[in-house]
Amino acid sequence: MSITLENLTRRYGASHAVDRLSATIPTGCFFTVLGPSGCGKSTLLRMIAGLEPLDEGRIMLEGRAVAGPGLHLPPEARGVGVVFQSYALWPHMDVLGNVAFPIEAAGASRSAARAEAQQHLHSVDLARFADRRPADLSGGQRQRVALARCLAAQARIVLMDEPLANLDPHLRAAMEEEMTAFHARAGATTLFITHDQREAMALSDLVAVMRAGRFEQIATPQDLHDRPATAFVAGFIGRGVVLQSEVMSSSRGEAALRLATGLQVVARAAQARPGPAQVLLRPGDLRVDPAGASARVLACAYRGDHWEARVQLDDQADVLLLNLPQRAAPGESLTVAITGGWVLPQG
Amino acid sequence: MPSDLRAAPAKASGLRRLFGEPLLLTLLVLAAIGLFILPLAAVGRLALFASGGGVDAFAAALSSRSVQRALWHSLESAALSAALAVVVGGGLGLLIGLSDLRGRVALSFAILMLMMIPPHVTAIAWMQMLGPSSVLLQMLGTAPPPGSTNPLYSREGVIALLALQQVPIVYLTLRAALRALPRDLAEAARVNGAGPWLLLRRVILPLMGPAFLAGFALAFVAALGNFGVPALLGIPGRYVTLPVLMWQRLASSGPSVLADLAVLATLIGGIAVLAVWAQMRLARGWAVALIGPAQQPLRLSLGRARPLVEGGLWALLALLLLAPLLAMLATALVPTYGVPLNAATATLRHFHEVIFTQSVTARAFANSAGLAVLAGALVAGLALATGALLRGPAAAGARGIATLAEIAYALPGLVISIAFIIAFIKPLPLIGVSLYGTHAIILGAYLAAFLAVGLKPVGVAFAALDPALQEAARVSGAGFWRRFWRIDAPLAAPAAASGAVLVMLTAWNEVTLSSILWTRGTETLGTVIFNYEDGGYSTLAAAMSVISVLATLLLMLALHWLGRNLPPGIIPWRG
Repeated sequence: MSITLENLTRRYGASHAVDRLSATIPTGCFFTVLGPSGCGKSTLLRMIAGLEPLDEGRIMLEGRAVAGPGLHLPPEARGVGVVFQSYALWPHMDVLGNVAFPIEAAGASRSAARAEAQQHLHSVDLARFADRRPADLSGGQRQRVALARCLAAQARIVLMDEPLANLDPHLRAAMEEEMTAFHARAGATTLFITHDQREAMALSDLVAVMRAGRFEQIATPQDLHDRPATAFVAGFIGRGVVLQSEVMSSSRGEAALRLATGLQVVARAAQARPGPAQVLLRPGDLRVDPAGASARVLACAYRGDHWEARVQLDDQADVLLLNLPQRAAPGESLTVAITGGWVLPQG
Repeated sequence: MPSDLRAAPAKASGLRRLFGEPLLLTLLVLAAIGLFILPLAAVGRLALFASGGGVDAFAAALSSRSVQRALWHSLESAALSAALAVVVGGGLGLLIGLSDLRGRVALSFAILMLMMIPPHVTAIAWMQMLGPSSVLLQMLGTAPPPGSTNPLYSREGVIALLALQQVPIVYLTLRAALRALPRDLAEAARVNGAGPWLLLRRVILPLMGPAFLAGFALAFVAALGNFGVPALLGIPGRYVTLPVLMWQRLASSGPSVLADLAVLATLIGGIAVLAVWAQMRLARGWAVALIGPAQQPLRLSLGRARPLVEGGLWALLALLLLAPLLAMLATALVPTYGVPLNAATATLRHFHEVIFTQSVTARAFANSAGLAVLAGALVAGLALATGALLRGPAAAGARGIATLAEIAYALPGLVISIAFIIAFIKPLPLIGVSLYGTHAIILGAYLAAFLAVGLKPVGVAFAALDPALQEAARVSGAGFWRRFWRIDAPLAAPAAASGAVLVMLTAWNEVTLSSILWTRGTETLGTVIFNYEDGGYSTLAAAMSVISVLATLLLMLALHWLGRNLPPGIIPWRG
């Protein structure tokens, strides 16, 4: 089932939570909306689910309009599944009752619904917890009950609102795999909301970076990292710095640039034309090279399998990031070569 | 398998949706019209727009000496007793809410008993404890000489007992405000070098200002509408308040004075609403928003003084609560009022008489029990329905109903009962029967006056609920009624049950509403106790009071048990 969003707008007072947003999410896609808190991503999810009205625009699910001018199909008639951040398991029902509820709501008798729900519990490996209360489960188990409830609803569109945010970090990695398996099994078009870029990168077919109510860029995780469309995306995803530069010349996929310090760099580019441009330098684009320019270390931080140094080519220059195999002391001098970069599309 | 069942989500057609929220809201609005709008509008119309009503009627009423006196007595007794209650109840609230006293729940329970025992029973108990015929004082040999006037039959007596009744209201307000106080604020003061006294004076008391104000306003409004205390103490003490004057006029002249009463009801109702409004305005200017969540409340150590303070508190409660009840029990056990109680004189005759011999007392027990249970159940249902609408397209309507219930709760009980008489004395259209003189008019007045009591716990429970629980049911495909029966109602049921028991307690003990609504056959416990005491049958009144207090205690214990898993703020003495 595809999701089509046309010119979606939602205002709270004078501010726009969602601002003339348009996108099409293809059938079966695992589509992640990634953005900082307050960017409107939860509002967007609630609008698609029918929990929030639109001020303008139109939403179509598989070509069927469900919201638009004069039209607001209530959530219970949209047939979408939602996994809530708090999981929203009903505390007064046992696990099986929670999973059986959507089947009952679709018209099955209580006993038939419980029988069918049993299979869905099986598929998330929780069959032996059928008669427990949600309060007696661990965080990961609750998460899986919420997924089973979504499966039971047989929804072809599943919306997930930061479902991993309440889990312990070590559990999160395990649940990520479970999410991928869940998506493969259900085959549903999935819209996943998160502020965690690592999660977005690991799970998604497509990622939309959202800012101030709009999508800045929709791309595969790798493109988003290697070929960001805006300075915001470049700064939000991964590590790196964006510098002002001058494009001297360009050929297919490459451009020769001059940085403010006078240093000459060849960087990847989509379509660069001579003139001012912003260039993204990730730590991987720099390396220590005896033939390079001399730079001074400002600070050095351990990042797990390497040290990340903040270096400056001269006193006025911008700060660059550089990965080192060992620690460097602040004030120490290094020689640094810039071996690549990405020229942001010129405005 | 049922996968095809989900294939037609469009079945939730427009027509079907009309039977959800809109249907329930319509039913609730109709109930609200019957319970609130119709009666209150009837009073207002009679007082303001009927021939002879309006400004002239108010001027005439206010020029009457008896009305002037009664109005002054009402304002004076309400203001002074509320001030007294703020001092005592506020002090108890701070002491129990902030210190490391042991047995806080038991202390709260005992303090709440002061409120749960109805005013007329409290008045009877104290009269019997301090009067010249006091069985208790005779046993101690300190009774006033026979024939002397009961010291409680006075302005001071009325004010003292009114204050005693309102102490728990202020206490509860303070405790709730202290629970909402972030612990960090106090701890920040401590680490900045403030000792307990400086902390209390400069941090806690200023932040509690709005709570003291709210406690005063609530106590003032409750005292203004009190009937039992001023009727039993004020009439012999020549200190007649406005509700008592209204009751006297109706009792002596019957429904012919309704227009007159409508004017007085509008007057005292206006004062009550004005007091609540002024409190809300003042509080809005005064309150500062507290940042941070409520945490474990502060527990300041009392050090070595703790056993002393505990002993003092329990002794005080024994004096204020237990001694009068024992005096009343003693009165119930002697053959005639004034005879000393000893092994030779003690008798259970009066208990036998009120339970088995007198038909009117048996009827009163049955009427009050039935009305209390019905009122509790109906209020719980209304509260659940209103609460379920609070998050949804009908939220404005549900909030409107809650506001009406709050206004009716703030109005003196006599205003509600006079409103019901005026609205329902004429035969109803279609069936041609008047509700006046039936159980139904008393039940209706109970629902109107006590809906707010049952609505509050349900409102707290719904507000504490994660909205995602309801949203999850919606996206699972459940329509309004399925959500109501399977999600909303079960989740709020414990709170609704607690609200129902609170309403039962209130209805079982009330006398103000039924004092002018009762007729032969619809006597309530309160009216019969009141009439026995008023008619000089003190021993019978005492025996009935003892039974009613025991029933109250049992209901409170049931509520204590019901509320063991509820969030704080629902069972008054828990948390």
